[in-house]
Amino acid sequence: MSAPVSEVVVWLILGLPVASFVLIAALYPVLRRYPAPAGWIAMLAIGGSLGISVWLLMEAIGAAGRPLDFETHELVDVGSLLITIGIRLDGLTAVMTVVVTAVSLLVQVYSTGYMRGDRGYARYFAYMSLFTAAMLGLVLVDNLVVLFAFWELVGLASYLLIGFWFHKPAAAAAAKKAFLVTRAGDLGLLAALIFIWVRAGTLDIATINTEVVGAVELGLLGQTTLTLFAVGLVAGAVGKSAQFPLHIWLPDAMEGPTPVSALIHAATMVVAGVYLLGRFFPVLEASATASDLIAWIGVGTALGAGLVAVVQTDIKRVLAYSTISQIGYMMFALGTGAYAAAFFHLMTHAFFKALLFLGAGSVNHATNTFDMRRMGGLRTVMPVTYLTFVIGALSLSGVIPLAGFWSKDEILIEAWDHQPAIFAIALVASGLTAFYMFRAIVLTFHGSYRGGGQPEPGGHGGDAAHPHESSWSMRGVLVLLAVPAVAAGFLTFGGEFQTWVLGALPHPEEGHFVFDLGVFLASTIVAAAGIGGAVAIYRLRLINVAALRTGMLRPVYRALESKLYMDLLVEDWLVRRFFHGGLVKAMARVDEQGVDRALDGVWHVSFEAGRWGRLVQNGQVQMMAVALVAGGVVVWGAVVLFWA
Amino acid sequence: MGEGFPILSILVFLPLAGALLIALLPGQRVPWPAAAVRALPGNQQAHAKWIALAVAFATLVIALVLFVLFDRADSGFQFTDTFLWISAQDAGFDVSYAFGVDGLSMPLVLLTGLLTTIAVLISWRIDVRPKEYFAWLLVLETSVLGVFTSLDLIFFFIFWELELLPMFFLISVWGSGRRSYSAMKFVLFTFFGSAFMLVGFLVMGVVAGTFDMREIQESALAGAVLPVPAIFAFIFLAFGIKLPLVPVHTWLPDAHTDAPTAASVMLAGVLLKMGGYGILRLLFTLMPETAAAADVALAILAAVSIIYGAVITVRQTDLKRLVAYSSVSHMGFVLLGVAGLGVVGMSGAAMQLVTHGLITGMLFVVVGMIYDRTHTRQISAMRGLAHYLPLLSTMLVFAGLAGLGLPALAGFVSEVTVFLGAFGRHEPQTAVALVGVLLAAGYVLWALQRSVFGPRDERWRELQDVRAWWEFLPLGALVSLIVLLGVYPSVVLDVFELGVRPIAEGIAVFQPDIVESEALEVARLGRGG
Repeated sequence: MSAPVSEVVVWLILGLPVASFVLIAALYPVLRRYPAPAGWIAMLAIGGSLGISVWLLMEAIGAAGRPLDFETHELVDVGSLLITIGIRLDGLTAVMTVVVTAVSLLVQVYSTGYMRGDRGYARYFAYMSLFTAAMLGLVLVDNLVVLFAFWELVGLASYLLIGFWFHKPAAAAAAKKAFLVTRAGDLGLLAALIFIWVRAGTLDIATINTEVVGAVELGLLGQTTLTLFAVGLVAGAVGKSAQFPLHIWLPDAMEGPTPVSALIHAATMVVAGVYLLGRFFPVLEASATASDLIAWIGVGTALGAGLVAVVQTDIKRVLAYSTISQIGYMMFALGTGAYAAAFFHLMTHAFFKALLFLGAGSVNHATNTFDMRRMGGLRTVMPVTYLTFVIGALSLSGVIPLAGFWSKDEILIEAWDHQPAIFAIALVASGLTAFYMFRAIVLTFHGSYRGGGQPEPGGHGGDAAHPHESSWSMRGVLVLLAVPAVAAGFLTFGGEFQTWVLGALPHPEEGHFVFDLGVFLASTIVAAAGIGGAVAIYRLRLINVAALRTGMLRPVYRALESKLYMDLLVEDWLVRRFFHGGLVKAMARVDEQGVDRALDGVWHVSFEAGRWGRLVQNGQVQMMAVALVAGGVVVWGAVVLFWA
Repeated sequence: MGEGFPILSILVFLPLAGALLIALLPGQRVPWPAAAVRALPGNQQAHAKWIALAVAFATLVIALVLFVLFDRADSGFQFTDTFLWISAQDAGFDVSYAFGVDGLSMPLVLLTGLLTTIAVLISWRIDVRPKEYFAWLLVLETSVLGVFTSLDLIFFFIFWELELLPMFFLISVWGSGRRSYSAMKFVLFTFFGSAFMLVGFLVMGVVAGTFDMREIQESALAGAVLPVPAIFAFIFLAFGIKLPLVPVHTWLPDAHTDAPTAASVMLAGVLLKMGGYGILRLLFTLMPETAAAADVALAILAAVSIIYGAVITVRQTDLKRLVAYSSVSHMGFVLLGVAGLGVVGMSGAAMQLVTHGLITGMLFVVVGMIYDRTHTRQISAMRGLAHYLPLLSTMLVFAGLAGLGLPALAGFVSEVTVFLGAFGRHEPQTAVALVGVLLAAGYVLWALQRSVFGPRDERWRELQDVRAWWEFLPLGALVSLIVLLGVYPSVVLDVFELGVRPIAEGIAVFQPDIVESEALEVARLGRGG
């Protein structure tokens, strides 16, 4: 069907944030001194993108989520290589653009309050615009190479924003770690795109999903080819979406400003991996190996990250591990065939997780710390933050009738149908979710205030001794985000949401509302148990945690507090000891003392033979030596030639 | 451009003429025409650099005009300029004076013009013997342009050797550290390779009866005193040293590190390219059968260089040396693409020559500017430069990111094209080479983290960020071009394709099974084509 929308308008979605980035960069010398317009430029641009996105969503809904037809343009045409750039606009894209632009706009409004007075205010909004543009490009394009390009660019934006406060060594280190760890996964994606091009001759996403998958079914192309391609995609998704074992970058990424964590490291960029696998869902479906792989990685990550979240003392790290865990849900949903449910959860999660992060930022403004051991009792002084945070936590814990309940339940139902073991593990993780969230709420908002932290250079806090509610721009955004955190789940009742995203598949089906009383009871009981447990332990103190920690559960605590030893394994053993200490050192020794010395030796011998050796340091003699060698060469060449 | 107008001769020899003019400028105490010259504002040194800038810029403009006029439908040599120089038919060979450019050499000529102009600009503050300095720089440009445009083996060789002289002086007089050692090392390595190359050329020329590379056929080389694979290996050695390949790369870090900034830019930006250019222009064009048979070995050499170079780079603690070592890894991609034997791989390899020239050139420019201010190149001695040198730090981050192959910047295009072109023939080698991309991210980000980022350091309080026009111009030009080629690569890639297509066709005669992409029927249908 031909598009009712002009292509230029669609490109504007990402064009506006690009323009914002360029404009802020161009005006930077001025904006550095008078930063306020930077925020306005960025918000105007993203507001425009949001408007267009909503319009496009309406168009996509009108087309039942089926792709609208746009022309594609030649970018590179060399030999047999053709790289095109064009728009892929269907229900999935439309949903993603709306989620990205909506959360992005709200986060930027919040940022005008949160980042006020920061020396890098203008730079911050430039980076945020850059990120939004790259993320929108990622979900809009129709070609795998171009998608990969935007994929890397969101990584760049993430790098710049994690390291935004680059004066902090921890931030600079975290930025580097994030880039490197995700790039390790990106290698898989790069390999996948090279592989599929060499084997199947195309980089067009729709063609891969239809013709190439069809060719495999007809036996024209080996199943192994498809599986290797799918596994490459999974590797890329695992890196970007912080799944085991490449999840280690995300908790460190919390060094970035909190609105960044909300937008990039919770709501949008980290779910790019989910988007990627969803975009190539026909490929994933056609490869049982890849499906099983991502299903087990996802559910394992959901459980493991949930466990680690329980012992975190930093509120943002609780949320970070929670994000890893929740993306695990989306991943195993894709692996178990629950495509629509995965994206439903992606959407609801984007809203309530952004809400929770921004709530944590609000708390940080009041207390100058993210350490929950220094918080407590904020319920009374920060009522808006408290209430919205609780709403977010309830939604995340899957309490009916909030948004998180509907999306999580749908995933659980499909998991139960597909693989009961995955369902069981996911159910445990679900209980953990409720537990760690309410542990965080109790530690942060209940009890008595424990003093807050010291203001740090570049920090934004006020007087931590007397915490106060945050500015209207921050509170307002919290309230606005609480609305979808409550109500976004209602989109499932007529199966509308599912219909939109299913329309993106080659063989779309009608979405429908699923409900299962058994799963509902199980998940509700588990959530209630988690909440009750947290309140009992941390609020009512029915169990002495400190005693447990030093007593019976000491090894468990130690393992969890060491993040299940993953950082140790990768950073210390793999990178520091094996790579730097072993491989690099050994090869450098070979290079310096083997190769270089040996070659130097050759010259040395020839000089000694000519008795010029001792005079080599003298410039005149050097030229004579050169002349000598040159002469020798000519004579030798002549001899070879004419003797023969 | 009318037929027979010797535009390429003008292009090649204009810098040499400029060098002579500078050399003829009166010295500080020479009285004669000084009266006239001294009437001009400024001092003697200033004349040298202004003349150098004018000449380099004029050369760049000519190159740019040629690039625009270049017929993008003609895969042969254009703007040719030929006459018979030595006719020694008694001895059985001819030597002709022949210049020409095709799709392969045209972008490289433009790159040379650009980087020389930049090299002059960033040397604006040279105060040691500036006359000689700028003269040598221009001589260097002539020699490199000569290599890229010569159509005759003898001229190719002469220009190839000519390059040593200015480079030797630039490193040993204006360099730093162990400059004499490094300059000598550079010369000796190159000479060693050249010796073999000359033998190869002479054998080829004598048996073929001509040194004109347009006329030499591999089949005609059968009766030579050396078997064709030996000729190939001899010449390859010279190009391999220049590129450079592991294990004959050790001259490079020393030469780069101790050379003055402009010489490093020229060395990395254009001199290394002569190696990759030579492989395509001479080995793969003149001896396609041997080249096609050697592809596996070449791909292994490439993969080894990429990984070995990158791993050693990780260990470098001197910022300039780090950039230098990264070239070993990046130039390995050139050979990998070439070893793919097809149009895609070779186009990618040629593209890598240009993108590496721009990116590494920019890295050297920025590192040089940082060194001018901080007087250190040790990464451990720097930190938090971004606080006091925000623009220069941004430039370093930009160039570093370009170096690690970030999309929308030039390096990404060439690396991906190389991978796509090489994977079909050399799966394991290409897979190994992919790891180089991760290692590149490792050393670049590590260096940035420690030099640019980190807490404020009061030692840098007094430093001035980029101010002067001669610093802005090169940075601005490089940034624009790196972005342009990253976003719209076809502007150069299409020209390269024109140049490598005949080479690939020549090889395809001996390797008919070259299929870079298996291009399924269904996939072709899906393209909507």
